[in-house]
This record gives sequence, structure tokens and C-alpha cells, in this order.
Amino acid sequence: MTYIAKPSLHHPSLTCNALGYTRRDYEGRISTLCAGCGHDSISAAIVRACWELAIEPHRVAKLSGIGCSSKTPDYFLSPSHGFNTVHGRMPSVLTGANLANRELLYLGVSGDGDSASIGIGQFVHAIRRGVNMVYIVENNGVYGLTKGQFSATADAGSVSKKGVVNTDAPLDLVGLALQLGATFVARSFSGDKEQLVPLIKGAIAHRGAAILDVLSPCVTFNNHAGSTKSYDYVREHNDAINKLDFIEAREEIVVDYAPGELIEVEQHDGSVLRLRKVDVAYDPSDRVAAMRYLHERQAAGEIPTGLLYVEENAQDLHARIRTVAAPLNTLDTAALCPGAAALEKINAGLR
Amino acid sequence: MQPTDIRNPAYFHKVVDCQWACPAHTPVPEYIRLIAAGRYSDAYLVNWKANVFPGILGRTCDRPCEPACRRSRVEESAGNKPEPVAICRLKRVAADLKDDVRARLPKPARKHNGMRVACVGAGPSSLTVARDLAPLGYQVTVFEADAKPGGFMRTQVPRFRLPEEVIDEETGYILDLGVEFVANRRIESMRALLREGYDAIFVGSGAPRGRDLDLPGRREAAAHIHVGIDWLASVYFGHVSKVGRRTLVLGGGNTAMDCCRSARRLGGEDVKVIVRSGFDEMKASPWEKEDAMHEGIPILDCRVPKAFLHDNGRLTGMSFEKVRVEYVDGKRRLVPTGEPDEVHECDEVLVAVGQENAFPWIERDIGIVFDAKWDMPVVDKLTFQSTLPHVLFGGDAAFGPKNIIWAVAHGHEAALSIDLLLGGADTRDRPGPAVELVSQKMGIHEWSYDNEVSNDQRYKVPWADPAKTLKSMQLEVELGYDAQTAWKEAQRCLNCDVQTVFSDNLCIECDACVDICPMDCISFTWNGEEADLRTRLSAPALNTGQALYVSAPVKTGRVMVKDEDVCLHCSLCAERCPTGAWDMRKFFLEIAHAGDGAPKAGKEKAA
Repeated sequence: MTYIAKPSLHHPSLTCNALGYTRRDYEGRISTLCAGCGHDSISAAIVRACWELAIEPHRVAKLSGIGCSSKTPDYFLSPSHGFNTVHGRMPSVLTGANLANRELLYLGVSGDGDSASIGIGQFVHAIRRGVNMVYIVENNGVYGLTKGQFSATADAGSVSKKGVVNTDAPLDLVGLALQLGATFVARSFSGDKEQLVPLIKGAIAHRGAAILDVLSPCVTFNNHAGSTKSYDYVREHNDAINKLDFIEAREEIVVDYAPGELIEVEQHDGSVLRLRKVDVAYDPSDRVAAMRYLHERQAAGEIPTGLLYVEENAQDLHARIRTVAAPLNTLDTAALCPGAAALEKINAGLR
Repeated sequence: MQPTDIRNPAYFHKVVDCQWACPAHTPVPEYIRLIAAGRYSDAYLVNWKANVFPGILGRTCDRPCEPACRRSRVEESAGNKPEPVAICRLKRVAADLKDDVRARLPKPARKHNGMRVACVGAGPSSLTVARDLAPLGYQVTVFEADAKPGGFMRTQVPRFRLPEEVIDEETGYILDLGVEFVANRRIESMRALLREGYDAIFVGSGAPRGRDLDLPGRREAAAHIHVGIDWLASVYFGHVSKVGRRTLVLGGGNTAMDCCRSARRLGGEDVKVIVRSGFDEMKASPWEKEDAMHEGIPILDCRVPKAFLHDNGRLTGMSFEKVRVEYVDGKRRLVPTGEPDEVHECDEVLVAVGQENAFPWIERDIGIVFDAKWDMPVVDKLTFQSTLPHVLFGGDAAFGPKNIIWAVAHGHEAALSIDLLLGGADTRDRPGPAVELVSQKMGIHEWSYDNEVSNDQRYKVPWADPAKTLKSMQLEVELGYDAQTAWKEAQRCLNCDVQTVFSDNLCIECDACVDICPMDCISFTWNGEEADLRTRLSAPALNTGQALYVSAPVKTGRVMVKDEDVCLHCSLCAERCPTGAWDMRKFFLEIAHAGDGAPKAGKEKAA
């Protein structure tokens, strides 16, 4: 870790967003993670995405569990709400918070240990329910906080720093998310902000369960030859299937691509996800095809990245259970306790 | 762009803006760190080696370092008034708070080398030549028309800015090196001096002639009109002890500022400075203008003097034509506004409109060629030799009026030329600087310098009570920083000499340095032409006066580009680097002085 605080002086050309904040205003405290940790780059990408979208920091709730990745909400968006939950229980707390106040932006930050091992049960159910959230898994394939044992996402055959070969089958978070009905599924790499920042922006604008599996090398325990989650390995095997441009609702849309090369998805808030296809055959609106494609590419040893699946008319948990439009925490006693007559009516309906 | 060659000493030297801008290349951040550590004597000696007169310069320097200081550029974003580090006044702290350093200064040479060098004038350039050469065994004789050494520093700079004991001390250090000082001897003939058989002669006689204004009424009212530098000298020698109640000072340079502030102390109640040009274009340093105005002296600009008004030889006032400043093709023009002339009543006028060189004592048939247009000796800009190779010029005598720090720089170079010349070497083949580049890493995140960046604004130097200072020519106005304030001001220094050094072969492109850099200085991008590259970095690199540090390609084929412009040298890039691809290394450069031997390339000691 670093002992001095990041100086508050900044570049003279640093600009303000629509709210009058600079990018530096979205930063958090200085990271205590190992120097060179991929997680810090993801934090920087979150800072950039929130600044570019002019998100009001006090309208964001950052939730995390336990682990290196779960420490990171301290390192971005200092003015936002934060909740550091019990190990693996972040999705449930997030679900509860979302039910109580649907108007905040819920940013769940977790790791492969917190989400794929101890918290796998929570992870899958939050997705199934379609909780409106941005769920970022900072995936490095090892338990960094306990000195680098293989995690559940480590590929079979990959080798630990001490030379041990992993024999267990890996858990594929993207595959799980697709199977469980997530409506925005992406994979990216901490070392590629050009790709990552638009994906985070798209996920923030998405209404529904948005899952981002971000490969984030552990420089201390998983950045050696034999690792499949090192900077070098991910760069060599990265197979970007599309490039996302996130276009805010107020921006003018100019198209200069040949048909077939471009897919545009309009989201609830009027923003547009524009996908420039790298692989023309890939259709990110077809869940089954996407799953098959990913399995094929992964079997071939590649790491497909980009926006893998997006559902245009996604529904979230609130829509499914038909809660009122007003956040529950704003309802007054009269609305919450409608009286004996109303109770009688409900009871009559159940007889 | 080609990868930056950091083995060339000029690259990192240029990053140390203050040292690069200093004519004598004083290692500024080095001495500021020593001041912060309370090592005032060490800080003084670092200065003394480079600029010879730390106590004098710490009060009077023209400070070319401060406008160059990176601190004011990084503070541009901080909202308040951006200000450089008070480099000059910190130098004074070293001089004020040091212990007795005499035992640490060079000793007079034990054995003379048989070479005799004459210096004409005992101003800063001559004394620098004497200091550099005397310890090497040269027998140096300094001729001075006045009784005491110091030249302009002693006779023209007023005592309320520069106490006499500071001059005595620092000129004394030089004369104590075994230099022969011949007082009260004005050199009247170069021909005669040449006949005395010196192996080399250095002319450091300054620019002693003040320009006059030949306007109507000048001759008639002569008794009340004085040339500024002569008047200041008269004040110093005690020939003048009072001035008219209403005094006008003409001119916009630092001499004009010294004149008006002196006049204010000698009975001038209504003192005004009147200058032809616009206020912002005045030659005087901004702080000297501020000091004058602080003492209640108005500066009226855009007024061209037309005539001295008098009543039978008794000066009554002056008339001025009002003008405005216009720029045509980058050239300044003063255009009359057409308003009626302005009359300012006065009892006395001080003319401080510039100085000129004058060499009536150098015969024109002895081999020293003079420039036909300006009637100035032809002097080599590199070696400071005249067309007579063993006669050298420096300071104001060489290229016209400048200031003390330039005179010192000229003196160093001339001394080096003399040493090379008399050693039988080619004076154009000059030794390079001595350079060190040493890692500052002490532990995982510990550096041997204080890398935390202070957010403090520049500290004001305390002043003595104006009610007292305005009554005295002797009482020093500025009191200098105390140790505590000096420490705080020293913390504002960014340690620009602690360089960010990048090793492309170690980089794994994790972006940690890019993410942490508070100033968005670092980018990894595809290489291109400089003009194009400057537009597509993490933050645009618009200050083209500052270099881009470009690496060889890293693994992905991209290059690391660092814009040196507003780097805080805070070390965070190196602290967040997992592989040590970034390191903080202290760059120490000393230009070659006389005695630094035969030509050699910059010896780089990379640790």
C-alpha cells in the first residue's frame, strides 16, 4: 500500500461534467491493494463511467462482501452510500435495499471467491429474480486475501504460483448468468478500459440484472506463466466479439456503418448501446446462440469478451412483483396500513 | 516519436525547470531539501559553489528560476493565485541561518602555477573569475576604481535591500582565497594593462554609464536632474542625503524602482514613477514594482516625457505626452492618444531609462575588435573571449546590462576558458556537466525524499514596520523567513530533480501508474508524430515547451508517453508499479567550472 494520500492537485485541463464535478470528485481513498492489482483499474473505470454519465454520487449504493475485490468500494465514489456485507451475502442485502428504495443505483462489487464460492447461492438467486443492479465480479481465479489458493473460477489445468496444477472444473460466471436469465451479460478485462468503461456505462443504464465478469489479474499470486488469468495470458487469448459505444439519450445518433456490422439496442432511459461487431456471426440478442458460441470459443481456449447478451425489453424484480412506483421507504403509515376494511377485503379474496 | 534518450544530461536537466532557467544552473531542489532538513550550511555551500553570492542573490536576484517553476503551473488548477516556490528567498534563509562556513571554503592555493590573471572591476563577474581561478593556483589581481569590492551590488543597490555586511562577507570569502585586491585604481588604458604581462585579462567593468534624456530644459534645470545610477552611487557614498519633496523617477526598470524607494527615504514625500511603456511591459521585476507601490509610490504608465519645465533654471515640473500601446506585426508601438499633454509638478527628477557600456579606456588599435554598430567589443558567446584570445569579457561589460546571476554565469564560463586557454587546450572544446542519477528507493514505499505534496500557498516574507523603514536608508525592509516558515515554504517544492525513470522491459501494462497519477501525466498509446501524440494522451499535452518522455514499445506494441509538464514528482507511479518499471531517481547536475579538467562527456552514474 501507499502511505501518502493522492495529492488533490490536478491537471489544469481537467473538465467538469453536467453536475459540475471533475473526474477526481468521483475518486475514493487511496487503494490498499497490492501495487498493480487489476481491481484498481476496475475502480478507475467505475470512476470514469460514473463521471461521464454525470451520476449523482449520493444516488449510488456500493455493496460488497469480503475479499480483495470487496475492499474496492472504499477506493471509488467516496460520497456514495456503502455497505460491506458478510462474506458472500452481498446479493441478498442488495436485493433488500433495492426493494426498500428502488431509486438508487445499486452497484454490487464482488470477487470470484465472494460470488462463485461462498456466495454462489446468493449470486444465482439475485440474478434469477432480475434485481435491477450492476453486479461486477472482479475475477482473478485465486483467493488473494488468503495467499493465492485456487478459486472456483480457476481453469482446470492452470498452475499456481507454487507449481500446483488445478484439477477442478471451473465455474463460468458468464455461462451461469446467461442460464439464469440475466438481461445484460458482459465480460471484460481490467487492462482494457476502452472496452470496460462503455460496458459499465451500458450496465448502469440497463434496467435489470446486469452482470459484468471482469478478468482482473492478481499481480501477487496469479500473474505467472501457467496462469490463465495473468495480464499476458488474457491479452494473448482475448477474443473481443464486439465493441460497444454507449450513447446517452441526449446525444445525436450518427450511423456510418454498413448494415450487418452494427447492432443498436435502445434502453429504458433512451440511451443506446451501439455494438460494432467484430465477429459478424455473433448475435447478442439470442440467449441460446450466445451460450453455444461462448462454449465453443471457451473450449477452443479463447476468452470471448464484450457485450455477450442484452435483452432489449428487460424486466426487473419490481416489475415482476408489481410494487408501487414510489420507493417503499417513502410510503407513509396510511399507505402501509390501509386499515381493517382493506384487510377484510384481502382475507375475503383468500377464502 | 523516437524513444527519449535519457542518457543525454540535457533531458532531465530540462525537467528541473528552475535549474535549467538559472544562468548558473544552481541545483535548486537540492538546496531547498537541505533547508527543509535544517542543513543551512550545506544548502549555502551548494549555492556558493554554483552562484558565488547566495546571501546577496537571496535578496536581489532577478530570479529567472521562479517564472520557470513547475509549482505555479500545477497550482493553476487549485483555484487560488498560482505562485512559484519562493526559491530566491529560501536562498536567503540558507545564508541567514548558516553557521560559520569559512572552514569549509576552499583554501588559498599552496603553490602558484605561475600564471597571472588580471580582473578589471570588482563586480560579480570579476569576483567569480577570481573565485574559480585562485584556488587552482592562479595569481589573480582584481583592480577596482572604488575602495571596496562589489561593484554595482555595493554602490547602486540600496542598503535597505542589501545590507553592507552581506556584501562584505561574500566578497571577503573570495578575497580570502589569496586574491590580490587593488582598490582605488581605475584602469585607464588597456594598452598599459596589456604591457604588464598578464597571462589573461578579464574585463568585468559593468555597464557604468546611465542613459540621459536630451529634452528641452535638460541643460537649464541640470541642477535638479540626475542620472539614476550615478545618483544611487552618490547616495551610497554620502554625497547625497536628501531629495526634493516632489520627485519624479523616469524609467521602468529595477534601477528606477531603487531610485524611487531611495527618494522616498530621503525626504521625497510625493514620489512618482513615470514610464513610457505599459505597466505590464516594464523591465522591472513584478515583485520590485509591488515593493515600490507598497511604499506608496504610484507608477504612471504610457507617458512619454517631452520637456523639463523650469523657471529660470529652477525645475518646476515635466510635461508628458500620453500614448497607448499597440502591437503591429508583433512589434510594439507607442501611439499618441491625442489627449493634451500632462504636466507633473516636481522639484527633482531622477532619470533611470537604461544603462550603456562604455570603453573609452580600451584603445581601438590593440587587437580588440569593436562592433561597428554598437561600439561594443566583439565577444564570443561561448568562450567570452574577445578577438584578443587572452582578453575576455563578462557580466554587463560583455553583452550589455543584465543582472548579477548572469554576471556570475559569465564569470564561471570565462574562468573555464582561461583555465583551458592557459592549459593549452581548445577553449571551444568545453567539458560537459557532472551528472548523477541515483535511485531514491529506501523501502517498498519509502523514498529518501519527502514525496508528500504540500497544498500550501506561497508564504509571504515578513517586512519590517514601514513607519521605520521609510525613514531609514539602512534598515532592511525584508526580514527573511524564519526557520519554521522556511520549512513550510520548502515543502512547496515539488522535487523536480527526483526524476521518474521508466524501464520499458519491466512494464506489464497493468495501468496502475495511469490510474494513480493525480495529474494525468502518463499514457499508454500507439506511437505517432509528436503533434498528434500530444492531443491523444490521458490529458492533452498543450505546453510544447515541456518534453514528452516516450519509451520504446512495451509488450503490446504501444509506447509509454509521459508529459513532463505538470508532474508532481510525488512517486505514486513508482509506488503503484508492481514490477519496478518506474523508479524515482535523483538527478544531480553540476556544470563544469574551471579546474574540472579536460573535455569529457557527462559521466552518468546510474544506480
